[in-house]
Amino acid sequence: MDGKRSIKQFVVFKLDDEEYGIDILRVKTIEKMSEITRVPRTVSYVKGVINLRGEIVPIIDLKERFNLSKTVLTENTRIIIVYAEETTVGLIVDSATEVIDIDNELIEEPPESIDDTESGNVYGIGKLEERIVILLDVLKILNI
Amino acid sequence: MDISQYLEIFIEESQEHLQSLNQSLLGLESNPDDVKLLNEIFRVAHTIKGMAGTMGFVTIMNLTHEMENVLDSLRNGDFKANSHTIDVLFECLDYLETSIDSISNSGEESEIGINYLRDKLQSLNKGDNGNVIIKAENKESVLQKDNYIEDFSFNQYDEELARKAIDKGMKVYKIKIVLSKGCMLKSARAFIIFKTLEKYAEIFKSSPKVEDIEDEKFDRVFKLAVVASEDEKIIRKDIESISEIEEVIFEKVSDIKENIKDFEEAAVTDIDDEELKIKTDNYQDLTIKKAKIGKTVRVDINRLDNLMNLVSELIIIKTRLEGIETQSVDLNMTEAVEYLERITTNLHDAVMKVRMVPIERVFNRFPRMVRDLAKEIGKEITLSMTGEETELDRTVIDEIGDPLIHLIRNSIDHGIESKEERIRNNKPADGKLFLRAYQDGNSVVIEVEDDGKGINTDKIRSKIIDLGLINKSEADELDNNGIIGFLFKPGFSTSANISDLSGRGVGLDVVKTKIESLGGNVEVESVINSGSKFIIRLPLTLAIIQALLVNLSTEKYAIPLNSIKEITSIKAENIKNVQGQEVLLYRENVLPIIRLAGILDVKSNDEQQEYLTLVVVKKGEKNSGLVVDSLIGQHEIVIKSLGKYLGNIKAIAGATILGDGQVALIIDTNSIV
Repeated sequence: MDGKRSIKQFVVFKLDDEEYGIDILRVKTIEKMSEITRVPRTVSYVKGVINLRGEIVPIIDLKERFNLSKTVLTENTRIIIVYAEETTVGLIVDSATEVIDIDNELIEEPPESIDDTESGNVYGIGKLEERIVILLDVLKILNI
Repeated sequence: MDISQYLEIFIEESQEHLQSLNQSLLGLESNPDDVKLLNEIFRVAHTIKGMAGTMGFVTIMNLTHEMENVLDSLRNGDFKANSHTIDVLFECLDYLETSIDSISNSGEESEIGINYLRDKLQSLNKGDNGNVIIKAENKESVLQKDNYIEDFSFNQYDEELARKAIDKGMKVYKIKIVLSKGCMLKSARAFIIFKTLEKYAEIFKSSPKVEDIEDEKFDRVFKLAVVASEDEKIIRKDIESISEIEEVIFEKVSDIKENIKDFEEAAVTDIDDEELKIKTDNYQDLTIKKAKIGKTVRVDINRLDNLMNLVSELIIIKTRLEGIETQSVDLNMTEAVEYLERITTNLHDAVMKVRMVPIERVFNRFPRMVRDLAKEIGKEITLSMTGEETELDRTVIDEIGDPLIHLIRNSIDHGIESKEERIRNNKPADGKLFLRAYQDGNSVVIEVEDDGKGINTDKIRSKIIDLGLINKSEADELDNNGIIGFLFKPGFSTSANISDLSGRGVGLDVVKTKIESLGGNVEVESVINSGSKFIIRLPLTLAIIQALLVNLSTEKYAIPLNSIKEITSIKAENIKNVQGQEVLLYRENVLPIIRLAGILDVKSNDEQQEYLTLVVVKKGEKNSGLVVDSLIGQHEIVIKSLGKYLGNIKAIAGATILGDGQVALIIDTNSIV
């Protein structure tokens, strides 16, 4: 973080009861759950690919990626399509709720204990009044 | 007039014209008397001149004008094209290419070497025939005189046509028409004007070209030259009654007769009717050619991608409609949906095919390159190309040029020996270079072959040891192919001399990296003293292939049809187990059996079935049988990559979107058998 005063926008989504955020500039679209074609010989959290308006997009189960509880599909389940370098990847989340503005100053470095378990996926912790939003680094989640 | 929006079109069109200029010049070199070629070259130079003039690129315009003068003299047989003439014309072509490049980069045309070129062109004209110059100047002054409607002058053919018409008592007019600013359907308006004019007159020339007017490739102004039977007044009245026209300017061409006469007296003898007829025939020839060229449209590839995606979406919706239709009892509905289905299928096919481009686009530039390189290093080399029509996806076409240039340079520099050496070795003095493209199963193969000295593996072996890449005992263990593999290592070159062409040790490794990044591979075959062959194999990424769709449990997979040898049904009990590998005695051969479900981690019940469906696939000479649950049918599919994130998954070549929007994975038979 460069310490400059500036406001960034994040797409907020939920995994179980925790709130997470991704830089809005990384987000292409948010889609409802659609039929996923399984791709064999991949790691278990890669659920397969979908047809996103003619484009083949790989889908990752974010909860499985973070070793959280098993994803149960509901009405609220969403796929967040993110840009990752030259490609796009979809992330399955329990729900995508809102877009928030966070002042750079309100973003704290992640405590080391979190950083350990999440192996550097966390880019910062956004503090918003009473809420805490864990801000994720998309490229690190995807190991790109 | 804001011309910036036309700049891109100008650049692309010019590049296309230059490409055809290049070809014609090469043709002219071997066939200097070919009038058709001369006409073609003249036409191209003239078109470029016109375009450059419109865009305000004066230097290009002037140069092409000088070229026209030379070409005109050639065409009239004032002197013959020799190797020097062709070289000068090639230099002009080079200048034009540089200049167009410079325009596309900076918006400014290049001035480098322009005076030198113009001097050369002028001295070509002077050196051979003094008359020619007088003629050219004279013509110039004639043109100046009737430049009342600017930038729209007659060439010699037009003048002859006009003169003939005037002789017959017809009237010749140049008409400039300016459409009003808000005119919406310019080409339709132009069409109405044309129709109106045709009542009284015959249009024999237009600027821009008729095709361009039809395609709305003009601003608001176009100019026509007509031979009319009626007076200006009558025609004008009728045209002015058409709406959305701002201005109509008439110019009567009447003094052309005198001008032509002057011009004839000054330069050449009388043109009799016979000759005139031939020339007008030529003119018709030209118009036919023009029509052909007008039939392509350039499209940004992103727009095509977009279109493709829209079509895919349309198909998804169509499938949903089909679902609704089955519940409906309305016969009209059923009919409509069936019709929709046919249209979407055709649309899908059409859009997919649009992306494919013949490899000719890349190959086109090689004859010139080989000619120049060979000349430069004093070797005689003949290039033969085959399979230019082989189609590849546009993205691959854009990338494949550089690697091919590298390989061709390599063959010319390292492969083909000098003339003396070839004669010493009892080979014909001129070296042969072959460039071939063809489709082979799922890939497109491009071969670059020369009949040169071949790759000396002993020399490479010692070089590898010298460079300390491996030690001697390791080197001795490597077979020739292993040794040749070192050619593709970075920084490796066997050439003793570093030349302008190659030998700096960058090259083959770049070729390899590039081709692998396109998902292909390079192989080398080489026989010492008789030549070497580089074989590039490229996948048909994004290409359209025929595939067999099969079911595995609830999942659908596609198997490329061209890797399938046959499909059969077998009794499960006939499968034998030999050393842990299931095999079947089939047509007196041992056929290895691969259970696709196992490889793709699908739960399948094929173990319990009495009969199994077997898809026999081939890889080279080897056949294998793939067990599938059931067959769906043959479909034309688009191969899409799974993307960078998933990377290369063994057994999966890519994915495709089926008609109903579902994704099916494509099986890479080569990697599993």
